[in-house]
Amino acid sequence: MTPDVTPGAAAGAAGATAEGGPEPAVPARRNPLRGLVEANVVVVTALAIVSSLLIGGVLIIATSPSVLHALGHIGSSPGRALGVAGSTVGDAYAAMFTGAIVSPSGLGHAITTGHGWTAVLTPISETLVSATPLILAGLGVALGFSTGVFNIGAQGQLIAGALASLYVGFEVHLPIGIHLPLVVLAGAVGGAVAGFVPGYLKARTGAHEVITTIMMNYVFLDLLNELLATQPFQQPGQSNAISRSMPATARLPHLFGAGLRANLGFVIALALVVAAAWFMRRSTSGFAFRVIGSNPKAGRTAGIDVRKVTTAVLVMSGALAGLAGMATLSGTDFFLSSGYGGNIGFDAITVALLGRNRPVGVLLGALLFAALDVGGRNMQAATGIPLDLAFVIQAIIVFFVATPALVREVYRLRETGASLGQVLSKGWGG
Amino acid sequence: MRLELRGVTKRYGPLVANDHVDLTVEPGEIHCLLGENGAGKSTLMNVLFGMARADEGEIRIDGSPVRFADPGEAVAHGIGMVHQHFMLVPVFTVAENVVLGFEPTRALGFLDRRRARADIRRLSEQFGLEVDPDAVVEDLPVGVQQRVEILKALQRDAKLLILDEPTAVLTPQESEALFAIVRSLAQAGRSVLFITHKLKEVLAVADRITVMRLGRVVGTTTASESGESELATMMVGRAVELVVRKGPARPGAAVLEISGLTVVDERGLVAVDGVDLEVRAGEILAVAGVQGNGQTELAQAITGLRPAVAGSIRLDGEELAGATPEAAIAAGVANVPEDRQVDGLVLDMAVEDNLVLDIFDRAPFARHGARDLAAVRSNAERKLVDFDIRAPSALTPVGSLSGGNQQKVVVARELSRPVKLLVASQPTRGLDVGSIEYVHRRIVEERDRGVAVLIISSELDEVLALGDRVAVMYRGKITGVVDPAAGRDRIGLMMAGAAADPVAPAAPPEAGPVAPPEAGT
Repeated sequence: MTPDVTPGAAAGAAGATAEGGPEPAVPARRNPLRGLVEANVVVVTALAIVSSLLIGGVLIIATSPSVLHALGHIGSSPGRALGVAGSTVGDAYAAMFTGAIVSPSGLGHAITTGHGWTAVLTPISETLVSATPLILAGLGVALGFSTGVFNIGAQGQLIAGALASLYVGFEVHLPIGIHLPLVVLAGAVGGAVAGFVPGYLKARTGAHEVITTIMMNYVFLDLLNELLATQPFQQPGQSNAISRSMPATARLPHLFGAGLRANLGFVIALALVVAAAWFMRRSTSGFAFRVIGSNPKAGRTAGIDVRKVTTAVLVMSGALAGLAGMATLSGTDFFLSSGYGGNIGFDAITVALLGRNRPVGVLLGALLFAALDVGGRNMQAATGIPLDLAFVIQAIIVFFVATPALVREVYRLRETGASLGQVLSKGWGG
Repeated sequence: MRLELRGVTKRYGPLVANDHVDLTVEPGEIHCLLGENGAGKSTLMNVLFGMARADEGEIRIDGSPVRFADPGEAVAHGIGMVHQHFMLVPVFTVAENVVLGFEPTRALGFLDRRRARADIRRLSEQFGLEVDPDAVVEDLPVGVQQRVEILKALQRDAKLLILDEPTAVLTPQESEALFAIVRSLAQAGRSVLFITHKLKEVLAVADRITVMRLGRVVGTTTASESGESELATMMVGRAVELVVRKGPARPGAAVLEISGLTVVDERGLVAVDGVDLEVRAGEILAVAGVQGNGQTELAQAITGLRPAVAGSIRLDGEELAGATPEAAIAAGVANVPEDRQVDGLVLDMAVEDNLVLDIFDRAPFARHGARDLAAVRSNAERKLVDFDIRAPSALTPVGSLSGGNQQKVVVARELSRPVKLLVASQPTRGLDVGSIEYVHRRIVEERDRGVAVLIISSELDEVLALGDRVAVMYRGKITGVVDPAAGRDRIGLMMAGAAADPVAPAAPPEAGPVAPPEAGT
């Protein structure tokens, strides 16, 4: 049947033109329809965070023995029971905040006495350190998603980048001004090579990148374990699977003095957020990427080489993940061990999702994730509430962000013309 | 059955798709609902068939008001619908499809095939719907599949049959056969509501005609009271030209030479089978044929989207077989693809971006790998005027434009580079009359500028109006290249596989009761 009208589109367009939403993260958005959708993305994300903190609070109450004990006497002393519940949740989130951002009392003390600045700045420094690889790998994953390429191989590419950086780090001897850029470049190249393989396979044979990138993760994981136990990577005189360490000339300099771990890696990540935003919005290649991400058939008909784009995007995505591997190695760890990279390659997928594949969104998503992680550790130390709760909150945030319809339903938000869900796999800077 | 719609109003947000529509279908009447795409015909049918709920107004059947919550209730009230895209299970037999959902069963729930077959035979004889109950649906020609749909409705005892754009997929002869069936249904006292945007059909088959425009009923008339141009004027709201104004072609040298071209489709089956074709500069060659006879694959091969298995495609002597789309574009091929929303446009991108989809990385739209957005903008602003594209702004996502304006964006883009050959597939499918006129005029202008034009269309009217020569395609082969003056009937027969040479005009086997053929254009 021929649809005589397209009610959704027509209604959405008309409704949207009636009110332009405020401009969110990405600048230079001039289209009122987009503006409204964007505004709603911000609202939905904010509500997702609030909701997950609320649910997290319920979980804290439900799992804390002292609260449960107090609640057992809710009939006799309801005020006390609720007080205990409230203070437990409050203490937990306060610990999370002071652990991830800043301790207000410490800050006051530092301001009045002029001492103790290192201690005050440690939480935020740790959050930035933790966010750096997430930003870089998240940018890579988001770049792929907005081109319609699902790179699940950030973890492997990150290891490949770290291995390349490490090799250049201990094998090459140059002054820091030359050595460090080479180490950084090696990380990008290592990741790019790891991304090129699935890209080439997809372009040549059509092998689906989800399968190949996942499999490549295992390849690099095992390669890492193998190399850590053999020369020249293994630390001489060690029987454990630990690599040689990075010389001083291969380490990213600290930003705020030796006492704080925040390093140049974060600045590199910030620069790449800006570069990625420019690339997607203003470069010809970024335009081709967006076209292929949005409608590959129309792109092909218009003469864009889909294979070239697919390969290029995986190379770039891999390079960014490789830089994530370099950043932790050269910034904080200075050597590789088994299990290097933890879960960053997969958290990067979540961060990309959270940031809706936009560079600034990825930055904010990574900072939030890092803060929950770092703050969660402090919460565990200070209140005994397990770190897992922070992970649960992370998971719930993602759950809500990934299901905008649910948030809309819970908070009775007005539906907008364009579907929020579609944004997930499309459009990076629109 | 007497069907009345009184003041039916359906709104989608601020858009009024049906605005107080009144419509009466008498028992035994063939009532045509005529209107352009977007006039509100389909919405009205959705309301009538229980797929959408009216905001205001009422539906009466034989005088008593009814409300349908879903299509099942509409069927129970004797309304049957034949959708434009058939709802048949391809691997089932005709009998199985017809009884699906209303299966006659024997004890223990076994399907009573014998009764199903007998039902179909009875209905077939009664209404002249020749179908073999045991044939598997996917093996049947489209025209016969449509009969299965009609049988399905009749088996559910439909007193009113709604046919939604039923001739879109038929050859002219199959359409004639359908008209005969429709007439016999009406004679048997059933009512038929025939939805179409084709004027000739309306005049051929309707007892009464209701014309809709912009969600409103413009008027009701009869075939004898009005001619094509009156109906067109009612439909569009202003006088329209029904013929393409074009002078005689002044063909030059051959630009496109195709020889022995063989192309396979996704399933690896031969879709284009050893085709030879030539298109000269300054002429329009129109390829006619029922959809799915290899025209799509032919166009894709020429534009580099599908590899040639054998044969050659030469553009000014340069081999294009096996070339990429980039190479075809660089060689001077412009491509207006069959499905603009799938292959022609990136719907969620702005009009301005879609206008440079093919040349975004070249000067003046890019320098050193950076896009010049000011140049893109000014190009768009110029094109919006030049090609009469009605868009709120150059930044509007192209998906929110009407079909006609979307197609103008594609045409504007494709004609913005130096072009030797223009390949346009179904260039006016789904467009309003105004846009059709415009697109046709642009195509003729390109021809007069010396471009070789290859039109692929399943609308015979379009083929006859535009083509300087007409090639007819059937099952992957060109059955002949004729002058459009050869007429609808002969070309129609060729579309069903008859050779180009004059043959005894035997009616095709499934033509059913023979109706007087429609006069040629």
